[in-house]
Amino acid sequence: MTFDQSLPLIFMALMGISMLVYVISDGYDLGVGLLMPRANATEKDVLIASIGPFWDANETWLVLGIGILLIAFPKAHGLVLTQLYLPVTLMLIGLMLRGVAFDFRVKAKDVHKATWDRLFFAGSLLASMSQGWMLGRYISGFGSGWNYPVFAAAIALALPAAYVLLGAAWLIMKTEGELQRKAIRWAKLAWWPVVVGMVLISLSTPWISATVRQRWFELPAIIALSAIPLTTAIALVAARLVLDRPIVRKELCWLPFVLLIAVFVFGFLGLAYSIYPFVVIDQLTIWQAASSPAALKVILIGVCISVPAIAAYTVFSYRVFWGKATELRYG
Amino acid sequence: MDPLILARAQFAANITFHILFPTITIALGWLLMFFRWRWLRTHDGAWLAAYRFWTKVFALSFALGVVSGITMSFQFGTNWPGFMEKAGNVAGPLLGYEVLTAFFLEAGFLGVMLFGHGRVSERIHMMASFFVAFGTTVSAFWILALNSWMQTPAGHEVIDGVFHVKSWAEVLFNPSFPYRFTHMLLASGLTCAFLMAGLSAWQLLRGQAERSAPKVMRVGLTVAALLIPVQIFVGDLHGLNTLKHQPQKIAAMEGVWETERGAPLLLFAVPDDKARTNHFEIAIPKMASLVLTHDADGEIKGLNDFPDAHPPAAPLFFAFRVMVGMGVLMLLVSWVGWWMGRRVGWAPQRLSRGLLWVLAGMSFSGWVATVAGWYVTEIGRQPFIVYGLLRTADVAATTVPSSMIALSLAMYVTLYLALIVAYVSVLKYMAEKPEDVIEPDALERAEGRAAAALAKGSAT
Ligand code: HDD
Ligand code: HEM
Ligand code: HEM
Repeated sequence: MTFDQSLPLIFMALMGISMLVYVISDGYDLGVGLLMPRANATEKDVLIASIGPFWDANETWLVLGIGILLIAFPKAHGLVLTQLYLPVTLMLIGLMLRGVAFDFRVKAKDVHKATWDRLFFAGSLLASMSQGWMLGRYISGFGSGWNYPVFAAAIALALPAAYVLLGAAWLIMKTEGELQRKAIRWAKLAWWPVVVGMVLISLSTPWISATVRQRWFELPAIIALSAIPLTTAIALVAARLVLDRPIVRKELCWLPFVLLIAVFVFGFLGLAYSIYPFVVIDQLTIWQAASSPAALKVILIGVCISVPAIAAYTVFSYRVFWGKATELRYG
Repeated sequence: MDPLILARAQFAANITFHILFPTITIALGWLLMFFRWRWLRTHDGAWLAAYRFWTKVFALSFALGVVSGITMSFQFGTNWPGFMEKAGNVAGPLLGYEVLTAFFLEAGFLGVMLFGHGRVSERIHMMASFFVAFGTTVSAFWILALNSWMQTPAGHEVIDGVFHVKSWAEVLFNPSFPYRFTHMLLASGLTCAFLMAGLSAWQLLRGQAERSAPKVMRVGLTVAALLIPVQIFVGDLHGLNTLKHQPQKIAAMEGVWETERGAPLLLFAVPDDKARTNHFEIAIPKMASLVLTHDADGEIKGLNDFPDAHPPAAPLFFAFRVMVGMGVLMLLVSWVGWWMGRRVGWAPQRLSRGLLWVLAGMSFSGWVATVAGWYVTEIGRQPFIVYGLLRTADVAATTVPSSMIALSLAMYVTLYLALIVAYVSVLKYMAEKPEDVIEPDALERAEGRAAAALAKGSAT
């Protein structure tokens, strides 16, 4: 493969990684948003404080992912986003509601605070459900027939559950005392729906798409590939087991979160394997959708310079706010 | 309804909402650094109070800017799929660099800037604030480069209907870019200056923040008084440049239908796009030719010379007058206000209440002028999306049913109106109750911390 031919591949990988980082990072903060109604007034402030310094940078990964789709695969961008017109709109409205509710709640009159908290929850729910729906539509190649919407609806329910689990794990890491105890309970509650959702999706994806079926269920590939579901299952079970141990409240408070990141990463790898080399399954391959190599090279230079810098200052920011979440104050 | 009209209306609604917040954050980032620096230098608690108050305004505006910006980045694909397919080789890298160099910089350091006090040293904090302010400005650079290229395309070639870049330097520094970038940064400075002066005047009217509000008001008025003459000057240059590259835009702005020498400057008129003439003209003879060509008998091309390829006259004519009218008003208010403030030594009790009311009324004047200016620019580019080369109608989404666009448009507009109301009322509430948002004890603790940090800094 020449360098020009591998450029679209590089950008596909970049887009995938941005989307993965987005799903994990905004996933935990959307999850925290979904847990809002279960917390009391002071706990709500801690919940918000735990994600305050991060949510903006988290959402920027979505901008990068969509940006790369737009820049590197303009044909796919048009196709995907016109197909998903309504859910995209709903997701954007959800993200807007929660982004502003987040900021308004600390500045509003006390009587309005409860309303902004409710909007924060509603926005988080709307955004995560529409993302699930879009994911479902996307992996099934926007097919039509009764089973496709059902499939998408199932993911629209499963993804928020996964976010809740991730958000609860984040809180186990970032909080202490009574709130941490609650977070462990929330994580346990969310664990079952996530497992059921993942099993259902793993079974129904091959059923809904012939392409996916062929890629997974052929020898000897299936033997090598079984590592992906196996590792995912082990990480999920391990996360559940850790939740029952007292140590999760102390030294190992980070473990469930890390295990869940592993679950997301492996889920992503499985998905990537199912879809490759398509950008839109069965319709557009990476190469058909890519823009000109000249434009991609120009962007690649920027990527090579700025992505390490982005990684460095993201690490810096997480270190500044390391440890348990305390009340946030504008200096 | 026609999906093209709906798609345009939707894009216009979204970007209009979006631009309100960048106009504030771009300049406010730098002004916050100034406040912080004053506090570190003078140890006057009033500067710290001002810093803390305006940091909150910044956080709020930034949040609205970010969430509405995320919407914008989807809009290119949902509304103008053809645009990226044809002009993607130019637009893609510019948008890409904006995300990579600007958005991550802002977003990455925002947390440290807003909440990092006491966790990082004063110096690191200043650095974080600098990166945020710098990021917003860089973001304006990239997006305005793209927009200016769409107005005055250069440095490209078209092969089979697809744009390819020949020279990035020419694309970036296309003929209208220097003017647009300067004009926009100044617009941001002015918007922010009037917001500062206005909110502070409101605080003084309500007997709040007696120590910090006069200081902020003085900063606002000074910045405004300095920037507005520059803005008017740059605006004039911008217009001359537009005359050279987009004569039909100027013709529409000035309401000129027939090409003529010694064209009059219309103070008022109602351009009629159907009858292709103006009603109720009030004009100064030869003035338009003089202003635009610097020759009383200079020739101005009329709209009739551009059959089928010129923008509607009425919206441009009015939007332009709103912007310029606002500019003249800003000049008057900022100069007179500064002079009146200085005469009484900026003492809150002695400031004229009339002045305070005028300033409070002008709090959002920057928004009006900015949005009007953008309407001139963007509607003036019609019917093209890339001026002279690509028509808007040829790139619109054809597969999305208009009912769907109409539905999403209705949802966006409702949300935006609600959010603007919420934003303005929260600003008003914050201005009236600064002690609710700036906890006094936190203020003292921060003073102690900053003093300690400073002592440490000078010891090492
Ligand atoms: C002159 C300035 C300017 C203009 C014309 C635009 N923007 Fe903007 N935008 C900014 C200046 C800005 C900013 C100052 O950088 C913002 C506003 C507040 C903020 O948080 O960053 C921003 C935020 C912002 C974000 C969120 C960034 C983040 O996650 O931090 C996105 C995705 C966009 N914008 C996209 C767009 C698009 C697609 C535009 C054009 C159609 C556009 N903006 C016009
Ligand atoms: C920031 C302030 C801006 C405002 C208030 C604004 C306003 C508008 C308006 C009112 C329209 C509709 C014009 C019409 O259809 O008659 C429009 C169209 C458009 N603008 Fe802007 N605009 C802004 C900035 C930008 C920037 C920075 C870009 C791109 C880099 C951009 C790209 C477009 C595109 C692609 C369209 C749609 C196609 C068209 O109608 O020509 N705009 N804008
Ligand atoms: C009073 C003198 C002013 C003049 C002569 C002037 C001139 C112009 C002209 C000719 C344009 C259109 C350029 C084009 O589309 O090619 C423009 C656009 C614009 N104006 Fe002004 N302007 C003035 C004041 C202001 C003020 C006070 C503000 C805001 C505070 C402002 C904000 C803008 C903005 C945001 C745009 C759109 C972006 C751009 O194209 O630069 N202008 N102005």
